[in-house]
Amino acid sequence: MSKAKFGVVVFPGSNCDHDAYNTLKHILNQDTEFLWHKESSIGSRNVIIVPGGFSYGDYLRCGAIARFSPLMKDVVRHASNGGVVIGICNGFQILCEAGLLPGALLRNQSLKFVCRNVTLNIENKNTIFTSAYNGNGNDKPGKMVVPVAHGDGNYICSDDTLEMLNDNNQVVFRYEDNPNGAMDNIAGIMNKTGNVLGMMPHPERASESIVGGSDGKYLFESVINSMN
Amino acid sequence: MYSAKIKVTLRKSILDPQGKAVEHSIQSLGYKNILDTRIGKYVELNIDTKSQEEAELITDEVCKKLLSNPVMEDYTFEVVNVNGN
Repeated sequence: MSKAKFGVVVFPGSNCDHDAYNTLKHILNQDTEFLWHKESSIGSRNVIIVPGGFSYGDYLRCGAIARFSPLMKDVVRHASNGGVVIGICNGFQILCEAGLLPGALLRNQSLKFVCRNVTLNIENKNTIFTSAYNGNGNDKPGKMVVPVAHGDGNYICSDDTLEMLNDNNQVVFRYEDNPNGAMDNIAGIMNKTGNVLGMMPHPERASESIVGGSDGKYLFESVINSMN
Repeated sequence: MYSAKIKVTLRKSILDPQGKAVEHSIQSLGYKNILDTRIGKYVELNIDTKSQEEAELITDEVCKKLLSNPVMEDYTFEVVNVNGN
């Protein structure tokens, strides 16, 4: 049994929490629990998933209100101590708002909600989130096919931050065909210490062949391997 | 009691596709001289405090902490006394 104990955060308006739970609990057979946003502690959980959805109805700005929920304080503490945190879609927006990742996510350049499969180039395979892509697991080596489903995925940061992200290999995923106007085709980034990942595409929605692809599964397998 | 009127807009350096789309529509109405359309948010709130100075301080704090995201937005505000205290 792996040492990973996953916690999937649930906000009012989260809608990918069950996809994440299903992938971790039923496909990868991991110890997984939901964490209600009003709780004050992540307890025994050591890998935190901040899932996709529309926390607090995306009021004010995506992720702006969720970031102040009681549980997020403990998630920030966990991350500051080197704990693993993965933010997916709305989760990525929340992690940016919380200051765990640099930059912000703007409205898609097209102004349209985009919902389709995208191909990602895995820019950095030496991370705890991507090491399992080094093998022959996914269909196309160095790439993964996963869905995006968002209206605000247009990543932006200052020029200095962009330089820092590139210099430190913090850009983990780039779009092959940019669906939202994101700067430098950025689809996912990690923090400097490599324990916090944020990405707009949904690996948890592409983790078994019956849903059209399983490339996303290796991301979670990478994390599981890193905990052993 | 003080009332704060807060405007939050995308920073000048950031392309505002919503503003662009609206501007395009305005120009198609024939207003060719309307330029640089930007869309933002307007927030109104009341602050129960005694001094103008404190009300402004609180407003600024709330803008920084929650109402705007400095990576992509700027804010301006105006605070007025609403009951003559």
